Amino acid sequence: MAIEVRIPTILRSYTGGAKVVEGSGDSINDLLSDLDGKYSGLRGRLVTDQGALHRFVNVYVNDEDVRFLGALDAKLNDGDTVTILPAVAGGAFGFAAAAAIFGHSASAAVVSGPGTSVPAASAAR
Amino acid sequence: MTRYESLLDACGGTPLVGLPRLSPTVPDGAPPVRLWAKLEDRNPTGSIKDRPAVFMIREAERAGRLRPGDTILEPTSGNTGISLAMVAKLRGYRLVCVMPENVSTERVQLLRMYGAEIIFSPAAGGSNQAVATAKQIAAEHPDWVMLYQYGNPGNAQAHYETTGPELLHDLPTITHFVAGLGTTGTLMGTGRYLREKVDEIEIVAAEPRYGELVYGLRNIDEGYVPELYDASVLTRRFSVGTRDAVLRTRQLVEVEGIFAGFSTGAILHAALAVAHEAVKAGRRADVAFVVADGGWKYLSTGAYGGTLADAEDALEGQLWA
Repeated sequence: MAIEVRIPTILRSYTGGAKVVEGSGDSINDLLSDLDGKYSGLRGRLVTDQGALHRFVNVYVNDEDVRFLGALDAKLNDGDTVTILPAVAGGAFGFAAAAAIFGHSASAAVVSGPGTSVPAASAAR
Repeated sequence: MTRYESLLDACGGTPLVGLPRLSPTVPDGAPPVRLWAKLEDRNPTGSIKDRPAVFMIREAERAGRLRPGDTILEPTSGNTGISLAMVAKLRGYRLVCVMPENVSTERVQLLRMYGAEIIFSPAAGGSNQAVATAKQIAAEHPDWVMLYQYGNPGNAQAHYETTGPELLHDLPTITHFVAGLGTTGTLMGTGRYLREKVDEIEIVAAEPRYGELVYGLRNIDEGYVPELYDASVLTRRFSVGTRDAVLRTRQLVEVEGIFAGFSTGAILHAALAVAHEAVKAGRRADVAFVVADGGWKYLSTGAYGGTLADAEDALEGQLWA
């Protein structure tokens, strides 16, 4: 099964600079293992020791986020396109600056549920 | 027409309009699949961000964190800055926006017109320089108040209390809600409300996929997920590239006469995807999506005309949503 995989700039050191590589597998998990055979170390940048997708990595199958399709178990079909992107979304400037203002680095910020206290205006006063 | 005491009270209550030409055709006898656009460009400053801006400032006032004459600092070059500038002007606050010097002239002109002060960071330094500048400003002015839209629960609460109820009132048969994913406030707030009220509602996120320059991180650990984000609110999440966003933005104005910004094109792309899936499955669907703002602020990009490839090039390296 041929799957086209788009590699973000920051991970191209693993693919010899290639933007797009080809891999195979019936699931994201299989695909990443297959790719790691050719591009050693790549899988370790995307999957944590606990076997989950890295918090700041988003993986899409045909433009849909795999976290909503079974994460690493998301199924793949011949001809699918997989896109790997770092989690920055829009307004990266805004939250990076905000994080800096509140004295914690952007990388230290965590996802939190509703009701969790946030470093809002009171902290800035 | 409705009467309001002031412009701030005229925030929200936006129309929901059907898209009879863009909605997919269903086979004879099959249940209808319809698209509905929530026109958030009809807010006081022309974007959905008026809702959280008004809400966050009122909340800060109630909590005693903002007092007349205070200065609000927010690092933003987008719609939130414009919304905050309008509210700050009417409520008697000073607003300082920190932004890189290479943002579009429309943004700068709008912010200045509403009375905001702008502190530019050098374009050459990129976001690292902007962060350094913001840090320095905050250290020099510990009394300034930052509302921090990425982590302020008021951002999502504004939508829980207004956008969600409006949608349910106008479209009780809603099956899908589609919006853009940035601060995540619109999807978290509206999504939570609709999940509580509508069985099997699908909450769909459309996330803009920018040109590579925007993802200029040195490593994965520099990534960031807004504090407001809670993946359990979403049903699905799509990444929409520049070309698809531009194509749908143009289609929306050509076919339905709605002139919107490019983030709306990305949202429409995801809305059409779920609508066509419903047709295939023979399921009824009322898909409501957000028109986040009008196209006026993006005309200078030139991306409304010419070929799609030209438009894609024009938007390369820009935060178009």
